[in-house]
Amino acid sequence: MTKVGVIGAGMTLFRRRLQETGKEMCFEATKMALDSAGLTRADVDMVVCGTAPDAFDGVAMKGEYLLDGSGGYRKPYTRVFTGGGTGVFSTIAGWWHVASGLADVVLVVNEEKMSSCQPHPQSVFANIWDPILDRPLKPNLVWIFAMEMNRYMTVYGVKKEDIARVAVKNKRNAVGHPCAQLADPNITVDDVLKSEVMAWPVQRLDISPPSDGASAVILASEDFIRKRRIKDRAWISGVGWCIDSTMWTDRDLVFPEYVARAAKHAYKMAKIDEPRRQIDFAEPYDPFDYKELHHLEGLLLADKGEAPVLTREGVTERDGKLPVCPSGGLLGVGNPIAATMGMKIGELFWQLTGQAGKRQIPHEVHTGVSQAWGDLMQYGSVVVMKG
Amino acid sequence: MTARISRWPGIELRAADLLEGKVTQTRFRPDAKYAWSAGEAMSRFLQELQNGRFIARTCHKCERILFPPRMFCEECFRPTDEWTFIQDTGTIETFSVSYLDTDAKRIVEPILVGVVSLDGASSKMGMMHYFGEMTKDEIRIGMRVKAEWKPPADRRGSVLDIRYFRPLREGER
Repeated sequence: MTKVGVIGAGMTLFRRRLQETGKEMCFEATKMALDSAGLTRADVDMVVCGTAPDAFDGVAMKGEYLLDGSGGYRKPYTRVFTGGGTGVFSTIAGWWHVASGLADVVLVVNEEKMSSCQPHPQSVFANIWDPILDRPLKPNLVWIFAMEMNRYMTVYGVKKEDIARVAVKNKRNAVGHPCAQLADPNITVDDVLKSEVMAWPVQRLDISPPSDGASAVILASEDFIRKRRIKDRAWISGVGWCIDSTMWTDRDLVFPEYVARAAKHAYKMAKIDEPRRQIDFAEPYDPFDYKELHHLEGLLLADKGEAPVLTREGVTERDGKLPVCPSGGLLGVGNPIAATMGMKIGELFWQLTGQAGKRQIPHEVHTGVSQAWGDLMQYGSVVVMKG
Repeated sequence: MTARISRWPGIELRAADLLEGKVTQTRFRPDAKYAWSAGEAMSRFLQELQNGRFIARTCHKCERILFPPRMFCEECFRPTDEWTFIQDTGTIETFSVSYLDTDAKRIVEPILVGVVSLDGASSKMGMMHYFGEMTKDEIRIGMRVKAEWKPPADRRGSVLDIRYFRPLREGER
């Protein structure tokens, strides 16, 4: 298998509403990634586009719609979609293009424009539910998270303030992120606990709200990286993805088994047998604060029910022993679903190549893991990267 | 290269910029309607709801009693074997107290909603539904509940034939 490196990344601002169209956002992010790697569109062999439901943009062939902005015309081009998991999965799809030897350079471009859907993308999210079993109950997307969070809190006896610490950490971490929509240097645990109750136990500041944005990364073969003498690169050493049954009311929501399976696959490939010793920092998917904790446990970086303790003890702070979401994550930077690749894959690249600026982890880091999550609480995608 | 890039693209809009026509825009309202055939397993399930009872399918290989019922076992990957009735009592596995309606609009009287695992089905198998005859302070994970059915004449073959799950009453088990 060909060794694959990430050699460039770019992203737009993440905002509740951007004036740019999806195509324009893709162009901006893609151009930034190409420029940062010193490449042009002519260097790109193949393109992967990642974007979530068509209904946000209201265009039923969203892959084709975003094609020109993604630099993909007259090239082998594929759109991939694994719900929220797309944020990491599209890079896995890009990876196999290069690892297989089919391509030397692959562009991965992710976009989400959730503001087009009026008045709120909630009406689109309602369509993820089963039409016979769930939809007659007029469900709201937040119910998923509320039910999962409550199960997690109750089984392990986790206090809400320990979950709120995640939102505080990530919104503070995002202060150093130039694209952040939700950074807040002064936020406290009390602010989160006093914010509007939306669907108990979920409160407004537990959530990362909808937004617009695009991100891009460039993957290249070891050969290409050596020939072009590219210095800023981070190697993809492991990938994994897994999905659990759609029969979600038959599963215990307390532990994301699908994340654990994806992680084990990625770790095995990366020759990691003691993740807690061998992984220096993590970018788990954090659309809600408890999800970071849930996913740290799924990634086998904490025992079951132990992630809140690590958070309380400061282990997951940027200067802690295991920095988690040093980018600011979805809670701090924003949540344009697939485009969160900018914090998941992009941040791993920027941290491992020492380009994260104000967000740079103060101690040396060699190995990072990123993870995204989606569908009906059932999908996990994991990428391990090394400096 | 975050530390080396000075211009990050994107022009932020406010909700009012669109609503008040301050930015050039175009609008479209889709008009899509759907009718789903319920299929084999769900058709029988919905018919039995009209009879005020829950039905499941058994798989003789893994010996699970599968609810909601399906015509194939996703684990053994073979057709399921028999129909079997299960109880309309169960246990609250998780719940939420929702102040959001389906369009994310705020509501004053919260909806109690969650997952019930049903007695007689394999462990942890159940369905999502509303809870009633209990307050947001009384509801808890592990609570024993029973389906409160609509009167037979009002049942339509829908999960809404159950009004909600309520706490077990004195003498019920």
